[in-house]
Amino acid sequence: MSALTETPVVARPSRRVTRRTENAPKGPKESPLSRVGAMTVMLVFTLYFLIPIWWLFIAGTKSSSQFTSTNPLWFADFNLFANIGNLVAYRDGVFLKWMLNSALYAGAGALLATLFAAMCGYALAKYRFPGRELLFNIVLGGVLVPATALALPLFLIFSQVSLTNTFWAVFLPSLVSPFGVYLTRIFASASVPDELIEAARLDGAGEVRTFFTVSVKLMFPALVTVFLFQFVAIWNNFFLPLIMLRDETLFPVTLGLYAWNSQVNQIPELRGYVLIGALLSIIPLIILFLLLQRFWRNGLSAGSVK
Amino acid sequence: MRITKRAATVALLTAATVALTGCSAAGGSTDSADAACEPAEGKVDLTFTSWIPGIEEVVDVWNEANPDIQVAVQTGPNGNGGTYANFFNQLEAGNAPDLGQIEYDALPNFRVQDGLVNLASCDGVMDAKDDFVDWTWGQVSFNEDDAAYAIPQDSGPMAMFYRADLFEANGIAIPTTWEEYALAAEQVRATGAYITNFSQSDINQFAGLVWQAGGTWFGNDGTDWTVNLTDDTSIKVADYWQDLIDRDLVSTQPAWTTEWDNAYNTGAAWTWNSAAWGANSIASGAPDTAGKWAVAQSPQWEAGDEASGNWGGSSTAVFTGSEHPYEAAQFALWLNSSSESLTMLNEAANLYPAAKAGLDLPVLKEGVEFYGNQPIYDEFAAASGQVSSDFVWGPTMTQTYNDVSDGFKAAVSGNGTLAEALTTGQSATIDALKAQSIPVKE
Repeated sequence: MSALTETPVVARPSRRVTRRTENAPKGPKESPLSRVGAMTVMLVFTLYFLIPIWWLFIAGTKSSSQFTSTNPLWFADFNLFANIGNLVAYRDGVFLKWMLNSALYAGAGALLATLFAAMCGYALAKYRFPGRELLFNIVLGGVLVPATALALPLFLIFSQVSLTNTFWAVFLPSLVSPFGVYLTRIFASASVPDELIEAARLDGAGEVRTFFTVSVKLMFPALVTVFLFQFVAIWNNFFLPLIMLRDETLFPVTLGLYAWNSQVNQIPELRGYVLIGALLSIIPLIILFLLLQRFWRNGLSAGSVK
Repeated sequence: MRITKRAATVALLTAATVALTGCSAAGGSTDSADAACEPAEGKVDLTFTSWIPGIEEVVDVWNEANPDIQVAVQTGPNGNGGTYANFFNQLEAGNAPDLGQIEYDALPNFRVQDGLVNLASCDGVMDAKDDFVDWTWGQVSFNEDDAAYAIPQDSGPMAMFYRADLFEANGIAIPTTWEEYALAAEQVRATGAYITNFSQSDINQFAGLVWQAGGTWFGNDGTDWTVNLTDDTSIKVADYWQDLIDRDLVSTQPAWTTEWDNAYNTGAAWTWNSAAWGANSIASGAPDTAGKWAVAQSPQWEAGDEASGNWGGSSTAVFTGSEHPYEAAQFALWLNSSSESLTMLNEAANLYPAAKAGLDLPVLKEGVEFYGNQPIYDEFAAASGQVSSDFVWGPTMTQTYNDVSDGFKAAVSGNGTLAEALTTGQSATIDALKAQSIPVKE
């Protein structure tokens, strides 16, 4: 969640800066006033997004008794590792199981979703066939339908085939990414030249081979973007698992923490576990973004030079 | 900004989905008439959905002893957090679990949707009636003869938690009537603290106070529902608290927040009229006050009365569509009345039993260190016996809670009164019943 919302913050001020440089023919010099203004806006938004994480981190380091009685934005006794130890030990490490489940749903799901979206978008961009635009428009319509709205119909359908409360109930719907199809189609038509595909064909490569050896490499920045978006979407997906899953060992971490949090009134010690669990559950997203943003930035600039 | 807008759209659509879910659940109706409740041949596998952490270990004990009736536990968030919605979806899809945990205030909702099996014809169920505290059986039988739509599990008889040390140090007598409570509130306020915090969101706590005063919010004569949120008793209770709020004698922080915990932890709030399970909430929310709390019976409306309310508690129900109601009922009886199970449930999740024998469990007889070694559960056992059997919940409690809570939130910030909130809740509830085609008498 945090990772997803952070991106526009970074993007917005930089866009503003470029626009201003375009409008100022004299040179790259900026008035100090606008610079300070831009920095202030950035600073405010950065604080806005970072303070909750800071609060969560601080809360994670406190013992339950100090949690209510000490300054919420500063350290008391440092109990982070003891807290993590307690969390991991609670109910035979069910939290770790949830983290693994989330990693599996999001990792494998996003990987396959990216592959399917890439193939689909590529086909829509590079092959001419009747109904292509109609198909694309339907996919585009799919972008507008939020996944939450589909959860209940999916539950009823999965009930018909007795697949509710299974791994597949959450995994299969995660493989669909209309936004990914849209993005890869746009990107494929812009960055995979027809001439290159033609050349590959002339050299004797089949369509599948052309796709995997030539086109995928050219589309890579878009694929990273799709992968990241889909990974975050699945990781944060909550409503679908809530409706589909009953077996604790299948829960993703979001649902597990929510279930605990709903018990806090009666079983107060769960609050500490929810806090530290929430802190741990955002770490994979942060790591993923730091690792992949390099590719992502490449991709954003790739189209703009032309 | 685009993201925010989109988030808003998503939120809107989510709300729409939830509304739709409600409708589709309301549409479902299956025949709950169960001809006979006979044991099955051979081994039986049951599924049981409950959100109590640690209930798996309790069920393991049963599975060990009953190789022919194996129970698999399913879990999720608490009832209103999503599990009830799931139950309705599952009933609609025809794959509901055999057994499920349902709080007393949600039972009518499931009954109205024909989601519950009447277990009265199952062997041993009616015989167990006297094993449970009377009012809990009234909740699961809807006070009908020859009916048992669930087996009572736990209960939340209410009493008054209070700061024994502060009352003593300031020479303030422990109030035994609500009149004395209001007087004590003035004295406590004079020291700078508040006697308690009035929760704007815990409508079921307020219902417990009305329950204690002898009121009931709903009624059902077999066909028609009546809604009584605004009868004299409810208004009396609402006006009483409104007066304390108006005179700034109670604080009105949102409950279950850090500030709220902190008020108790720092001695800014002195009492809490709460349920048996609340003992742990204070102990964990106000750790610095260990040893300084005590428990007394709730203040009474008339001196010399002995009445208590109830806040919370749940039951184990068998869902329509279960192929093995007999085995399910046997399991539910064991789960909720055997001392082995009740002890484990109390240790794992602080459940306070609904079974009479459960009130005498050794773990509930001991002094509790946080409460100055007072055997506080003796007070709750006495309170449990004083809860009236007449209180009836309505079939749309989630909606009722929300509407009344909206009114309470406005009232504590100075817009309107608690009594007006009840009036709004009354008409909103009647509308909601009509919208679901539930017969209601006005």
